[in-house]
Amino acid sequence: MKYSYYPGCTLRTKAKKLDDYARASAKALGFELEEIENWQCCGGVYPLSSDEIGSKLSSVRALNEAKEKNQELVTLCSACYHVVKRVNDDMRNVEDIRTRANNYMKLDEPYLGETNVLHFLEVLRDRIGFDELKKKVTNPLTGRKIGAYYGCLLLRPGKILGFDNPENPTIIEDFIRAIGSEPVVYPYRNECCGGYISLKAKDLAKTMCDNIMDSASGFGAEMLITACPLCQYNLTKNSKATIPVYYFTELLAEALGVKEEVDA
Amino acid sequence: MEHSKKNQAEMVKEISGSNPLRCMKCGKCSASCPAFEKMDIKPHQFVSYVINENIEELAKCESLWYCLSCFACVERCPRDVKPGKLVDAARQIAVRQKGGAYLVPDEIPEIVDEDLPQQLLVSAFRKFRR
Repeated sequence: MKYSYYPGCTLRTKAKKLDDYARASAKALGFELEEIENWQCCGGVYPLSSDEIGSKLSSVRALNEAKEKNQELVTLCSACYHVVKRVNDDMRNVEDIRTRANNYMKLDEPYLGETNVLHFLEVLRDRIGFDELKKKVTNPLTGRKIGAYYGCLLLRPGKILGFDNPENPTIIEDFIRAIGSEPVVYPYRNECCGGYISLKAKDLAKTMCDNIMDSASGFGAEMLITACPLCQYNLTKNSKATIPVYYFTELLAEALGVKEEVDA
Repeated sequence: MEHSKKNQAEMVKEISGSNPLRCMKCGKCSASCPAFEKMDIKPHQFVSYVINENIEELAKCESLWYCLSCFACVERCPRDVKPGKLVDAARQIAVRQKGGAYLVPDEIPEIVDEDLPQQLLVSAFRKFRR
C-alpha cells in the first residue's frame, strides 16, 4: 500500500527522528510513505478566521497533489494533521473558502476536498489494524508503563478531526498494548501543553506542563509518548518532571526491531 | 463611533462564525480553560463583551496572548458558542492594526533556545502578527 506523505517543517529538522522511525516502521509493516513533492509548511496553527485564505493554501496544494495521485494523505506531526485536516473540511463544506481557494489555485480541475487525511496512528488502527501490528512485533516492550499524551491538536474539534473520542480517547493506549506494554491512563492526557506560549509566557507553559507531568507520574507512568514535536519540547524542557517523553514512532521502531538500523 | 463599534462586533461574529447570543452563561468554557488564571477577560466574559459590542476593550486585553486555541472551551460548550474562535477573531482585529504585532522577529535571538522546534516559531508568528 502506498500513501502520500506530508512530513512538515519540524520533521525535517528538530524532530527528524520522529520521521526516521516512522519510515523504517512503515517499511517493516509493508506500506510506503511517498513524500509529496515541493510541500510547504502548514503554518503550525489552523487559520481560524473565515476570511483567511492565503494561509490555508499550502494545505490545499498538498491535498490536491495526493488527489492527483489517487492516494490518501498521511501526516505524522499533530499540528500538520490538525491544519491539513481542518483545511480539507473547509474545502469540502465551506463554499466561500472553497471558491476563493480554488480561484487562487487555478487548477485544471477544482479541489473539492476529495482527499482523505490520515494520521500515522490512524493508518496503524484503521488500515493495518492493531491486532495485525501486534503479530508483527518482534520485540515486545513488555513491562513498560507508558502514558499516552494526546494534547489538543489531535483531538479537537472532535467533529471535524474525527480522530478519536476527544474526552476519552483510546487509540494511543491501544497502540501501547499492541507493542506489548501497559498503558497508564491519567486525567491530563488531553490537556494542552502550552504550545507556542512558551516563547512569550514560559511561566504559563511550565504550570501547564507540570500539571500534565505530575498527573502522569502520579498515576504511575514511567514515560510518556507523543506525536507532536512541540509537546515533546514543552514537556521535556518546560517542566520539572523527571520521566522521559518519547515519540511514539521510536517505540514502534523498537518493537518492530528496526530501531537500531535507524540509529546506526 | 457607534457605527464602527457595531461593524467591529459584526466582523468578530462573521470571521469567527460564532453566535454569542446562544450563550447561556454556564461557565464551562472558563472552567475548562488551561490559561484561565492568566486571563484578564475570562472566556465566558469574552462572549458578553461581543454581545455588548465592546470590541475595543477586547482588542487590547491580555487574554488575546494567552489563549492557545486548544479548543477545550469549543469542544465542551453545550451551546456551540465557540468562545475560542471569538478570542481568535478579536486577536485578528488587534494584530491586523498597524503596530499591533505581539511578536517581532528582532525578539527571537534573545528568547530562542537550541532545542526549540520550528513548529513553535511558525505557530507563534501566525498567532501573534500579520
